[in-house]
Amino acid sequence: MSPVLFWIFVAIMLVFAVLVIVNRNPVASALSLVVSFLALAALYVSLDAFFLGAIQVLVYGGAVMVLFLFIIMLLDLKAERARRVNFPAFCGGLIVVVLFVKILFDVSYGFQSGAAQFPATTQTSQADAWHIGMILFQQYNLPLQVVGTLILVASIGVVILSKRELK
Amino acid sequence: MVSLNDYLIASGLLFAVGFAGVLLRRNIIVIFMALELMLNAANLSLVGFSRYNVQNGLPDYNAQVLVFFIITVAAAEVAVGLAIIVAVYRAKQTTHLEDLNTLKF
Repeated sequence: MSPVLFWIFVAIMLVFAVLVIVNRNPVASALSLVVSFLALAALYVSLDAFFLGAIQVLVYGGAVMVLFLFIIMLLDLKAERARRVNFPAFCGGLIVVVLFVKILFDVSYGFQSGAAQFPATTQTSQADAWHIGMILFQQYNLPLQVVGTLILVASIGVVILSKRELK
Repeated sequence: MVSLNDYLIASGLLFAVGFAGVLLRRNIIVIFMALELMLNAANLSLVGFSRYNVQNGLPDYNAQVLVFFIITVAAAEVAVGLAIIVAVYRAKQTTHLEDLNTLKF
């Protein structure tokens, strides 16, 4: 992928991620979250991970966004009223984040081998769904079954949590 | 050209934005969205390392399988978390964290 496209998608991803936490209206936050995730899917495609890009669009752009919007509208949340912010806590959070970004840049620029080009893929990586499927069902078959059970338990748990009174 | 470091910095900045959201916002649903941002930032660096570790001319698909599992578990987590938020809202009629102080010492 050309560097221009890469930086455009990174900019979209970060700008809309910032909009998620800046917006006062939760519906606007949820929609910004989806745009951010779609740009992230484009970055996956730029890394030759076509299958994960498609999964990202389907799961986050489809399922998770609908779930968030559904809950926001179910709870009928209005835009937040401005409240008095806890100033020391706000400053503390901001300092922690700034320090995190500083350490991030220090570590990244100290990581020499990461500054090299990506090695070229000799075989065609277009069939990555096939490769992931082979690894998933041969090498990681047991974890796959465990995750399937986890999703079953989660969906039953959601139904029980949503019941009005527990018996 | 774009190097692995650029992807790692993009991923780290996305993580920092999500981190800031968790620390600075007080609306429980927005905090939950910021948690999703952090999970996806971790996924982006995993995919970057997968592309960087070329084996036999192919990206390392073990990392992509791990990302697949993370996305699956994150989707289950969103469903359960939102059900808990609905239950909390039903009991307290609020999604603001400072109104949820029953457990506060």
